[in-house]
Amino acid sequence: MIVAEKKPLEAIARMLEGSGRVLAVGCGTCVTVCFSGGSKEVATLAASLRMKRSIEDRPLAVVEAMVQRQCEWEYLEPLAEQMKNVDAVLSLGCGVGVQTLAERFPTMRILPALNTLFMGLPSAQGVWEERCQGCGSCVLDKTGGICPVSRCAKQLFNGPCGGSQNGRCEVDEATPCAWHMIWERAEALGMSEDLMSIEPPKDWGTSRDGGMRRMVRNDLRLPEDQDKEGNE
Amino acid sequence: MSKLSAAVLPTDATFKSGGNLERVLAAGRFAVTAELGPPRGCDAAAVRRKAQILRGWVDAANVTDNQAAVVHMGSIATGLLMISEGLEPIIQMTCRDRNRIAMQSDLLGAAAHGVHNLLCLSGDHQSMGDHPGAKNVHDIDSIQMVAMVRAMRDENRFQSGKEIPGGGPRLLIGAAENPFADPAAMRPYRLRKKAQAGADFIQTQLVYDVARFREFMKKVVDLGVHEKVSILAGVGPLKSPGMARHLRQNVPGMLVPESYDARLEAAVNGIDGRDKAERSYAWREEGKRICVELIQEIREIEGVAGVHIMAIEWEEAVPEIVKAAGLRQASQG
Ligand code: SF4
Ligand code: SF4
Repeated sequence: MIVAEKKPLEAIARMLEGSGRVLAVGCGTCVTVCFSGGSKEVATLAASLRMKRSIEDRPLAVVEAMVQRQCEWEYLEPLAEQMKNVDAVLSLGCGVGVQTLAERFPTMRILPALNTLFMGLPSAQGVWEERCQGCGSCVLDKTGGICPVSRCAKQLFNGPCGGSQNGRCEVDEATPCAWHMIWERAEALGMSEDLMSIEPPKDWGTSRDGGMRRMVRNDLRLPEDQDKEGNE
Repeated sequence: MSKLSAAVLPTDATFKSGGNLERVLAAGRFAVTAELGPPRGCDAAAVRRKAQILRGWVDAANVTDNQAAVVHMGSIATGLLMISEGLEPIIQMTCRDRNRIAMQSDLLGAAAHGVHNLLCLSGDHQSMGDHPGAKNVHDIDSIQMVAMVRAMRDENRFQSGKEIPGGGPRLLIGAAENPFADPAAMRPYRLRKKAQAGADFIQTQLVYDVARFREFMKKVVDLGVHEKVSILAGVGPLKSPGMARHLRQNVPGMLVPESYDARLEAAVNGIDGRDKAERSYAWREEGKRICVELIQEIREIEGVAGVHIMAIEWEEAVPEIVKAAGLRQASQG
């Protein structure tokens, strides 16, 4: 899932300085599951904002709304009506949700209420951890299912750095060393030989470093769009 | 060089780098390297001063690359000052701050200026330094850097595979290894990987636990890695019991037996606790003695080709240690 956390109330309030009436939109998928942008969080944030502004004697009307998936245009259609009487939209979706709203409603001010953190999983009650950076050419087959791109602070491909100690990463005691885990897993699977060959430099062109990425599935495109590049 | 000596000495072409360190290692002499920390400002005189202290006592000296992720004078620029003082630099380069384009370009420049040695490192994480908000690079890792530089030198190819017009930089390639880091079982294999990638020499993390180091070296020798790569053991004088504790507690992958704290404590027996200068002097003298003993013990371990003496901000200690350990009787500079 995509993991995000709420921005500090002060920061959100600052974005809404000039607004009198906003629409707060949650998302029913990832950010609901990580307790940052579901209907409950929308209600809590709306209440806090209303209260803050009323104490300041500058009341703010906050209309609450939810969509099942903020990252697809078609789910946003019902919002068009609710958007008519507001001067800004506060998205409690991830960064993709915010941008999907901005693209669908080009004349409306769309503001992020969350900081989008990473793609990850809940590792314990109340704890989420990163597992993938979407590097665009997955190496998990070579590393026993443990990602060196997102889980090693130095993105090493050929074994642990000199700071790995007692299974912990030198950068942060709380973080397990990815390469320690990769090694132990390879040993347990009887596959440590696989870690002996030199992994050549990665082609980061499939990663963020290549600019905005796009996936095109010609077989799924409309007949008139086939063999075209993107959406233009 | 006279005509005569040119005829008897191996020509430059038979060497990978033509540098002093390579000649020492090729001749099978016990190599001695040290470390020169660049200043945090633009003070060339500070570099020259340190270079003069080390010159003649060591075969080459490492010049750190923004050590501890704190901004310092660049390692190549510092290395050029060292060359002008007659001290051969080993340029350290980390994967933290440069992508493969910047690395290769800087190495072409370094070689053009007469740099002969490179040490490839992952680099301390920026969160430990003075710009924790910096974006790190890690385009390639240290083993990939070793392989890249080897191909630049031996095949005249850039990492892209394209030819380097006029030939690649002739650098002796080094890498680091921490014998005491985890997972312990993987360390000798990781060292072998560095040798396979093309490392000519290895400098290890500071060795204080000789027994553990011996175990590590046994495995390395069993794998035959010491025949492919020259291994220089890292040593360094302790300045105080506090430093021993600090290294043990705060530096990841550093094993310092507690017996050394006791020896250092004993060194100040009978000295008035308020006499800071006298205590510090006594500690340092003991620290150097411990270092000399370590060198003598380590020297006997099979597969060790030299020592790398790290006396951080205490370059003056190096000539004394070298002399006391019987590695050099006088400056050869
Ligand atoms: S290797 Fe790349 S795609 Fe695979 S999990 Fe890691 S970041 Fe994600
Ligand atoms: S300690 Fe492990 S996870 Fe941390 S940077 Fe080093 S190799 Fe990567």
